[in-house]
Amino acid sequence: MGEELKINPLRKFLRKEKLPHFFCAGCGCGQVLNYYTQALDALNMDPEKMLHIGGVGCTARIPIYLKTDMFHGVHGRTLAWATGVKMTQPDLPVVIFAGDGDLVSIGGNHMIQSCRRNLDVTVVMVNNMNFAMTGGQVAPTTPEESVTMTTPYGSGEPRFDVCRLAMAAGASHVERWTTAQPVQCKLAMERALQHKGFSLIEIVSQCPTHYGRYALKTGDPVKVMNYIQSNTYAKEQSERMTDEEKEGKLPLGMFICEEKPVYAGTNMAF
Amino acid sequence: MSIIRANQLDAWEKCVDTGVHFMLGNYALVEGAISAGCNFFAGYPITPANEISERMSQRLPQVGGKFVQGEDELCSVFALAGASLAGAKVMTATASAGFNYMQEGLGYCYTIEAPIVIADVMRTRGDNFATYADVYQLRYGCSGDYEAIVVCPASVQELYDYTIWAFNLAEKYRNPVIVMSEATIALMRERLEIPTAEKIELFNRKYTTAAPADYLPFGAPENGCPDFAPLGKGYKTIYSLNPHNEKGGIDWDPDEFERLYKRVCGKIRENEDDICRTESFMMDDAEYAIVTYGSETRPSIEAAQMARESGIKVGVLKLCNIWPVPEKAIREVAGNVTKIFAVEMNMGRYVNEITRVAGGKCPVVSVTKNRGQIHTSAEIFRAIREETK
Repeated sequence: MGEELKINPLRKFLRKEKLPHFFCAGCGCGQVLNYYTQALDALNMDPEKMLHIGGVGCTARIPIYLKTDMFHGVHGRTLAWATGVKMTQPDLPVVIFAGDGDLVSIGGNHMIQSCRRNLDVTVVMVNNMNFAMTGGQVAPTTPEESVTMTTPYGSGEPRFDVCRLAMAAGASHVERWTTAQPVQCKLAMERALQHKGFSLIEIVSQCPTHYGRYALKTGDPVKVMNYIQSNTYAKEQSERMTDEEKEGKLPLGMFICEEKPVYAGTNMAF
Repeated sequence: MSIIRANQLDAWEKCVDTGVHFMLGNYALVEGAISAGCNFFAGYPITPANEISERMSQRLPQVGGKFVQGEDELCSVFALAGASLAGAKVMTATASAGFNYMQEGLGYCYTIEAPIVIADVMRTRGDNFATYADVYQLRYGCSGDYEAIVVCPASVQELYDYTIWAFNLAEKYRNPVIVMSEATIALMRERLEIPTAEKIELFNRKYTTAAPADYLPFGAPENGCPDFAPLGKGYKTIYSLNPHNEKGGIDWDPDEFERLYKRVCGKIRENEDDICRTESFMMDDAEYAIVTYGSETRPSIEAAQMARESGIKVGVLKLCNIWPVPEKAIREVAGNVTKIFAVEMNMGRYVNEITRVAGGKCPVVSVTKNRGQIHTSAEIFRAIREETK
């Protein structure tokens, strides 16, 4: 009796001709794609009836594997594209996959303004703590003192807490999880897909090829994930932790989820 | 592509303000856009283009359109790309310094063939005086291979008429089109006659009739442009700046790359006869020709009349669009006159194109003015008199 060949049922969402994917071995982007297709499946959503947007970078390539309409290939302008789309087809669900460099470095102003306006989109930001596709340069999300390809003596810049930034700017749904938390990631994406307004799901992810090798001196994805785990904490733990224990670490969890009017153009309804 | 009349637009009675007006140039441009069916505008404040945004913010909600004041020019131009791909007829307005920022989005639109219209109310670097210093930026500002279409109105009436023309070219060729304006005509009030809606011919992009499985997002006849598919209807189009094949897939293949850009450039280069327009004044018996564009046309015509009163037979070739270069018309003039005067409001830029096209058939004299003002007719006349002694 030969074993029956089983095909992952979530393959139905993927463009077969694009596989195998181009992510490095051990990269978190494949996991994020996996969690996202699980969320789509759970909600019975069809990516063919949605628009996905990727800018430039490793994360931006995630939606290339989905059977969907897609914009791609310009760095940092995902939310600007989405602004035009949502003004024209407000009922078309728009999901953006952006790396940390794309969203908060080159695209930072678009990001804070879109939070302020409460643009009705879902943003999945994969935070791998560096510019990975270009070879491992420092990003606004790189932990202080990290060695990267452009900080050979260690980064002298403090990093962004992107979730705090989004909340301060007015985003109505903000969560942060790590690639080591598949269930939390999937449920967060489900909430985001159902949320009316600006959703930011930050997923702290391992880049063994660059951040791992340069900053952590390991190319082993498990070791990088362990590093992420020991440098994050559940936000519910916050009160039980000293400031010293929290120093340099990112809280995880759902930070905000509230109803607010969504953006419908610069003018009030005519 | 389908051809309709403006009275087939939604809310057409509010779109086309038929009648005779005494109107600001920037407002006339807005009315042209609205008459053409523009229903999305994203802009960022910059002088001397502000009246365009301001009037758009008032007019678009009246006709069911959307207005966005972006956080910067990049937001504006990429919002245009998004709205255009979602099916809207879109426009932004800026001025030279703001146009700098838009190159990135403009390049994206050239590559994925999104119809957008940009009004560049050109201004001197760092201040708001009249100039045509950026004629080459309008053509060569973006990275990568592409062909630009730039129309050059010379009056308030033409700001209205040429903006409709710009929308029609954008939709017909799936290409960005730039309306080149400048402070003199943009901030001038003069007579504008808006025709009745049924007299305004509009082109709308063609949508595919193919089923999603058979649809090729970037498949098109040689020197033609592909049909659109709506977003969110199962066509699974990837609009990527990256090299893409006819299916839209991101792939590096030198043959596919060559074919893509041959078509993206060829659809403009090989259709110059359809795109280019010129107007001739007093050219029938002319011994000398002024070749000019935009607001410099009017003092040029006056200067030609002054020259004729002094016995110098001068005519004017007005280039209604400067890109693509109306080569046939310039070449013909070069063969018929003994000298060309290239009149322009900069240090002498487009004269290079005219000289190239004239190809030695006749000498080309550059008549320039770079003082933040258009030429007076007397200045042009004096330049002609000096050169024809």
